[in-house]
Amino acid sequence: MRPFVEIDRVAMRYGGVDGTLALQDCSLCVYEGEFVAVVGPSGCGKSTLMRLVSGLWPATEGNVIVDGREVAGPVNIVGMAFQSPTLLPWRRILENVMLPLEVTPQHRHRLRSERAAYEARARELLRLVGLEGFERKYPYQLSGGMQQRTSLCRALIHEPKLLMLDEPFSALDVFTREELWEVMQDLWLARKPTVILVTHDLREAVFLADRVLVMSARPGRIIAERRVDFPRPRTLETTYSPEFQQLAADLRRYIAAARTGEEVSL
Amino acid sequence: MAEMSARALARFEAMAAAARRRRRLEAALPWLVILGMFGLWEFVVVAFGIAEFVLPAPHDIVRAIIKWWQPLMQDSLTTLYSTLAGFGLAILGGVLLGIAIGSSAMVYKGLYPVLIAFNSIPKVAVVPILIIWFGIGIWPPIITAFLISFFPIVVNVATGIATVEPELKDVLRALGARPRDIIVKVGLPRAMPFFFASLKIAVTVAFVGAIIAESVAPNAGIGRLMMVASSRFDVPLVFAGLVVTGFMGIVLYWIAEFIERRTTGWATRGQNQNLATGG
Repeated sequence: MRPFVEIDRVAMRYGGVDGTLALQDCSLCVYEGEFVAVVGPSGCGKSTLMRLVSGLWPATEGNVIVDGREVAGPVNIVGMAFQSPTLLPWRRILENVMLPLEVTPQHRHRLRSERAAYEARARELLRLVGLEGFERKYPYQLSGGMQQRTSLCRALIHEPKLLMLDEPFSALDVFTREELWEVMQDLWLARKPTVILVTHDLREAVFLADRVLVMSARPGRIIAERRVDFPRPRTLETTYSPEFQQLAADLRRYIAAARTGEEVSL
Repeated sequence: MAEMSARALARFEAMAAAARRRRRLEAALPWLVILGMFGLWEFVVVAFGIAEFVLPAPHDIVRAIIKWWQPLMQDSLTTLYSTLAGFGLAILGGVLLGIAIGSSAMVYKGLYPVLIAFNSIPKVAVVPILIIWFGIGIWPPIITAFLISFFPIVVNVATGIATVEPELKDVLRALGARPRDIIVKVGLPRAMPFFFASLKIAVTVAFVGAIIAESVAPNAGIGRLMMVASSRFDVPLVFAGLVVTGFMGIVLYWIAEFIERRTTGWATRGQNQNLATGG
């Protein structure tokens, strides 16, 4: 597997020379087609990391390489989903899902001539997340979980090679959240994009990821890493197994240590 | 069992009938208030014997409207024309400047203090300057209507565009969207409810602007008509002018509201509807 995202000793400081240092000496590597979760104490710079990788902000120091190229601006191959679904209330669900096609340079010119094909693709995605029959509805007619599913479809419609998820399930209730883990796993298994999931839910990280990275308190850097080898597709049953619980407990210890700032040995 | 459901049905019927009565009352309420107000007015004037040149009774005003319907019609059309011309210019300029201010922090920082200062100037003080520049004629009322209705439109459009969620901006920017795409796809549609809210304010104050200018530089329009009438102590005609102006204001407000409901229903819809279950 080749490395798809490489971050090499990156630092990020906001607001000038004596601003907040969000990241320092942060290095990580994500391989193509891999599902990586990043966990850490709150305010450790997880979201900053996401914005650096997608090229929204330049790093203060160090290099960010995505798909073999150094990142110097928005990378165009990224799909993103956030804690809030950020759907456009004046567009129907299908139109919301198709929004990225109207702005990405690769698709915007073909959208008009190949509308039917693109629309079929959007419908297929919606079917995959269980939203068949809701294409003509408006966001306000859907529950929070359904809106978040729509948001995932929107993040995937342009078939991005890299998917960035910033706590996408943290605003949902536990049952909906666990349901969406399985939906997310299905989506990933169906297409195998490279995924970076930022979360503070350790069970979520272990359930979804191939590898879990732990960040230190601010200024953030990666201080620990655990492989997750449970066979896929994982089910909610997996989360009750002792091995799963043990792994989550280990990660929790790392984070507790990270909060107090002491070093941990792997 | 059957009796139970019959009772339930009757109760349901009664509730539905009560809801219908309530809706009918709500629809009739504005008219009842207006009628009541004029009735009280008529009563007070007649009961206390108030002189016509102090406060004319509603029936005097109606008589004045009937007697002077031709000049009233002509002048109100002139005023309407100036108002709509100024208002149209305000929409054009307000939307363009609102987009610029809402999407660029530089433009915002540079222009906003100037705009606020400008908006604090009483527009009636500007009219003499407009008369010096353009002479007495159609332009002073148009420009005054423009100046007075411009500001709320700018502020509201700018607010709508500036408050686009940063996450949504990130989603689009990461896809390679240009700033223009974000304004067209997200900023402008999002600003529409704000825009229409401002139109409803702007269209009524545009009338104020036009009539102020017509009164200061009496050339034509309802403003001039009222000035002339008051200099002749024809107070019922002054009030007739006020009534006609109020009527035109309401009609324009209605039109703005109608368009608003047709185009931005998504902003108010669904607040009292049930969410779909599941998810």
